[in-house]
Amino acid sequence: MEKFIKLTDTAIPLETENIDTDQIIPARFLKATDKAGFGENLFRDWRYTNEGKLNTEFSLNNPLFTGTILVAGDNFGCGSSREHAAWALKAYGFKAVVSSYFADIFKGNALNNSLLPVQVSPEFLQSLFKYIKADPLGQITIDLEKQQILILGTGESEKFEIDPYKKTCMLNGYDDIDFLLSRLDSIKKYEEKQLEL
Amino acid sequence: MNKTLFDKIWDSHVVESIPNGPDVLYIDKHLIHEVTSPQAFNELKERKISVFRPEKIVATADHNTPTQDQHLPVKDLLSRKQLKELTQNCEENNITLYGLGHPYNGIVHVMAPELGITQPGMTIVCGDSHTSTHGAFGTIAFGIGTSQVAQVFASQCLLVEKPKKMRVNVNGQLKKGVLPKDVILYIISKLGTNSGTGHFCEYAGNVFEDMSMEGRMTVCNMSIEMGARGGLIAPDDITFDYVEGREFAPKGQKFEKQKAFWKTLKTDQDADFDKEFSLDAEDIEPMVTYGTNPGMGIKLTGTIPLNGGKSADKALEYMGFVPGESLLDKPVNWIFIGSCTNSRIEDFRVAAAYIKGKQKAGNVNALIVPGSRQVAEQIKAEGLQEIFEEAGFTLRQPGCSACLAMNDDKIPAGEYCVSTSNRNFEGRQGQGARTILASPLTAAATAIAGKLTDFSKNLN
Repeated sequence: MEKFIKLTDTAIPLETENIDTDQIIPARFLKATDKAGFGENLFRDWRYTNEGKLNTEFSLNNPLFTGTILVAGDNFGCGSSREHAAWALKAYGFKAVVSSYFADIFKGNALNNSLLPVQVSPEFLQSLFKYIKADPLGQITIDLEKQQILILGTGESEKFEIDPYKKTCMLNGYDDIDFLLSRLDSIKKYEEKQLEL
Repeated sequence: MNKTLFDKIWDSHVVESIPNGPDVLYIDKHLIHEVTSPQAFNELKERKISVFRPEKIVATADHNTPTQDQHLPVKDLLSRKQLKELTQNCEENNITLYGLGHPYNGIVHVMAPELGITQPGMTIVCGDSHTSTHGAFGTIAFGIGTSQVAQVFASQCLLVEKPKKMRVNVNGQLKKGVLPKDVILYIISKLGTNSGTGHFCEYAGNVFEDMSMEGRMTVCNMSIEMGARGGLIAPDDITFDYVEGREFAPKGQKFEKQKAFWKTLKTDQDADFDKEFSLDAEDIEPMVTYGTNPGMGIKLTGTIPLNGGKSADKALEYMGFVPGESLLDKPVNWIFIGSCTNSRIEDFRVAAAYIKGKQKAGNVNALIVPGSRQVAEQIKAEGLQEIFEEAGFTLRQPGCSACLAMNDDKIPAGEYCVSTSNRNFEGRQGQGARTILASPLTAAATAIAGKLTDFSKNLN
């Protein structure tokens, strides 16, 4: 897995709340059997109209907004467990998603793909939206080691939470399979004990 | 220490706890399907490791399958390829597959319970968020991503932080015409779509105790729609009677021994929950959703709330509704009775009982999709097929179908569909489709009237 240590970049705002994984990647694009190519269909039905034209009102299509940080409304990633949502965000170029709330399964999927979910307070989220809209070239720093997100232009910052185990994984590029494979002996012992019961 | 039902099952499945980190949780049953498994099989191939416990995995084809002409080769080439990969992966790894056409084939959350694969006290995972359905049996069941599917393939375990616990109590007498679907839509509308995030939810109270297993599955199925990892209900005689005699359930003395253990699976008195809510059954009426998430629900005879905020305005614009209006008498051209939420025999019985001797309205396309081959057989055996056909409903072959519209069963853009499925997200049932979630009874009544209607006066 790719490491995530520290990121400084501009951000793209997406203020809608309760963005579900069906919006991030619609079900009709889940027929692929590998992980490649989901980026082009990210937010497909918001990026394009039903007639297939580019929706210029959607913030990902607004040339003013660029960057590898997505700042999104409350309860991001709810709905389906499809990891394709994390793959699509990653393939499009995002490295971190900031919101005031993440749905559980999405959060886990993001962490397993080195896409950092950064949960901030609703007030800080509003500051971020205000900042990005006022100055689309304004940068934000996400420091995983310090667990801090900083608005460079204003100096506002906030600490964020992350599971210590997952933090170590992200900083070092470890993944869960390696860890679980190292535990096969104790897993087998557990199985033997269950058989005796 | 007093433990909750959730604690009892979780704690007995912890292989080890990582200091300051997650638990290594043992998984008793891993269910897989064609859409979220191929990349996990690839992951194992790339790492040159094999599936650790293939006998604990059961596969089905459901998400991407056609609901017509299942005996013919699948027309959509990408779908066909995905199904072929599932077959190959299962063959190569000695995994049992109930593929298209197999008598046990069906939606993963319908077929596993009806085969007795789902049993109380188990831990069950699947790369599908509605895995919470199996919690109806008093199991810890939750949806996982594809990386986690690969983890379970490799080790039969998952690294997971123990979720918090919440309980929702509903007591009292449900009104006539109020179904389990209405109960869960009501709960989500009251508590909100992220009220359960980070939690496992136990449902308690006489309303759930009195429910059939089918009803309990409908309730637990939608736990994820309030953000909960899963939902569960303490197993009781209704559960044991349902499980007994099913294909893969323990038999004879083994069953009795298991039953004695299953009876211990309930929350101790005074056990602690991180959150607890209590609702009155008398307040619940048939429910419909008016927006684009399952929490945006009102009673069928109610009106859309005013001042919902920016995101609510966006949802209403998508749905073509305005604040303050009633949905009664809104013309509806599509109804869908199906999905892992409401495609079990009881759902079709209640719909058939209402429409018997009636005709669907001329404007309505009424789609009936059983959850499994076994349910489809039962529909025939009980004479429900004739009732549906005589009323002008279309009965299809089993699968996820128009719940997520991965196959050809799509609702056209701009059209309303009263659907017994679980999600009313934008585009969920097809690009531009407008979903109104409801119970099978509300869907059936809508089909007959051609519009949303207060059907309570028509109930016997």
